[in-house]
Amino acid sequence: MTTAVQTPAANKQLTVTQKARRKKRQGSVVLTVLTALMALYSLVPLAWLIFNSSKTQGDLFTSFGLWFSDGHFALWDNIRDTFTYNDGIFLRWFGNTLLYVVVGAGGATLLAALAGYGLAKFSFVGKRAVFAIVLGAVAVPGTALAVPTFLMFSKLGLTNTPWAVIIPSLISPFGLYLMWTFASQAIPDEMLEAARMDGAGEFRTFFRISVPLLAPGIVTVALFSIVATWNNYFLPLIMLKDPDWYPLTVGLNAWNAQSTTAGGEAVYNLVITGSLLTILPLLAAFLLLQRYWQSGLSAGSVKE
Amino acid sequence: MAVSQPAVARRRRSWRGWQFVGPFMLIFALVFLAPIVYSIYLSLYRNQLIGGNSFVGFDNYQRLLQDSQFWESFGRVAIFLVVQVPIMLFLALVVALAIDSGRLYGKAFFRVSIFLPYAVPAVVATLMWGFIYGDQFGLVGNINETFNVSLPNPLSPHLALASIGNIVTWEFVGYNMLIFYSALRVIPGSLYESASLDGAGQFRIITAIKLPAIRGALVIATIFSIIGSFQLFTEPVILQPLAPNAITTYFTPNLYAYQLSFSGQQYNYAATVAIVMGLITMVIAYVVQLRGNRER
Repeated sequence: MTTAVQTPAANKQLTVTQKARRKKRQGSVVLTVLTALMALYSLVPLAWLIFNSSKTQGDLFTSFGLWFSDGHFALWDNIRDTFTYNDGIFLRWFGNTLLYVVVGAGGATLLAALAGYGLAKFSFVGKRAVFAIVLGAVAVPGTALAVPTFLMFSKLGLTNTPWAVIIPSLISPFGLYLMWTFASQAIPDEMLEAARMDGAGEFRTFFRISVPLLAPGIVTVALFSIVATWNNYFLPLIMLKDPDWYPLTVGLNAWNAQSTTAGGEAVYNLVITGSLLTILPLLAAFLLLQRYWQSGLSAGSVKE
Repeated sequence: MAVSQPAVARRRRSWRGWQFVGPFMLIFALVFLAPIVYSIYLSLYRNQLIGGNSFVGFDNYQRLLQDSQFWESFGRVAIFLVVQVPIMLFLALVVALAIDSGRLYGKAFFRVSIFLPYAVPAVVATLMWGFIYGDQFGLVGNINETFNVSLPNPLSPHLALASIGNIVTWEFVGYNMLIFYSALRVIPGSLYESASLDGAGQFRIITAIKLPAIRGALVIATIFSIIGSFQLFTEPVILQPLAPNAITTYFTPNLYAYQLSFSGQQYNYAATVAIVMGLITMVIAYVVQLRGNRER
């Protein structure tokens, strides 16, 4: 810290009054209103989505965007139609997304936790090289790699299979960074030493002693990997030809594109309802796990 | 990067750490290193119907230097970077400071609601904003009708980039806010107390204590945003059917590379585009990091 403000010969009396003043500090209405504007900006499009998922295709065009339509409240019909349209392909896409998320983001979290722990708690041959390579590669834009990865995978016969989406999702450099900083702070070396004295193997020590200490970091990395995998578009777009393997993101845009292709049926109401159904699980996960990821992120930023 | 270890760990200098790091590095090699090497290889060759695969040295790079479509797309993301990233990061910083100031009513609500858009997939965000922008049943159309005005079409050629900037800002302002806020939270409170004892005002505390303390977070957020801008793809590709005149097939470098490989089968040239963009991104990210750390 450059500007450490010098504490004057501390007058305890003053410090106490100061503390009392701090606690009593008034909320500011102006600041609250300004922040509320930002919150409004964030929430209005989501509100738009909710209002419009309750409208029929026809009402979408005739009613005001930020309120329910006077006509039919069609939310339940829309949800049913979303799940049954095209022989229930939406459910299939939902399942695919879940598969990619569970295996891809789950695997990414496990690999990042193992490697972050290994980097934080071991000194081994080639460690500096690992740091240099990973940090260097992080700067390479992921999508710049997508086309070469596609060509490579097509030579290996992996394109148009779930593996083409899952394998690249397994690596999260940001997750590795977060787990490394987290493991350095959260796990005391003495504890590992004690476990080794007792003759526990390295993996047993990791799962029994370190994983519980790493829990907030693991939840944080898991959540951010889940978002990255759930939201992925470019990779599945180029890797998959068969709509049966599409995740929700690619599928939804395919529905949307139907309206602009000749002979395609416009299904805006299903695109909107499908979008709402796509984001609900993630919003729920973030809201329910708030306590974990917020503490995980704070711990991660200590080292910066 | 400090890799110094306590003496306990140094004594065990061996290969044992690889048990943990190995699996990550194996997959990393497959999905990061191999594609980089492969695209360098591709960029040095040309594949033609007649003559097959032949080594052409730096011909592809020379072609890229003179490719006006590439440079137009590059210029576009550069403008995007210079305009959108500062606006987004500034808003994120202001909100983070406001929430951290302890003077907000309902700060938990604001923290979560401003962050929520991050959990919305870019595809869904773009579809949503695309509808909102639209004149058919979008909000812009609604406003025009209700107030009998005619707002400019957000998807017209000279506004399309700004409209995309708005979508990206909406998606990521909360994410960056959270990164800043997490960094602000770990500043020891005693620093503020001694500062206000010295008579420092709120503004002075922000410039003298808070901003220097979260410099690391600012640098990381800037680098992520730069990488994100250069990768711009999902938003324009999804808006394209709505604005075919505004969003060309070479609107961003990524869109161009995608178009080259999947419509043009020009894999070698597409790999060249990818490598050049990767190099430019790395250089800029590196410079930002150097500058960010030097002033410490």
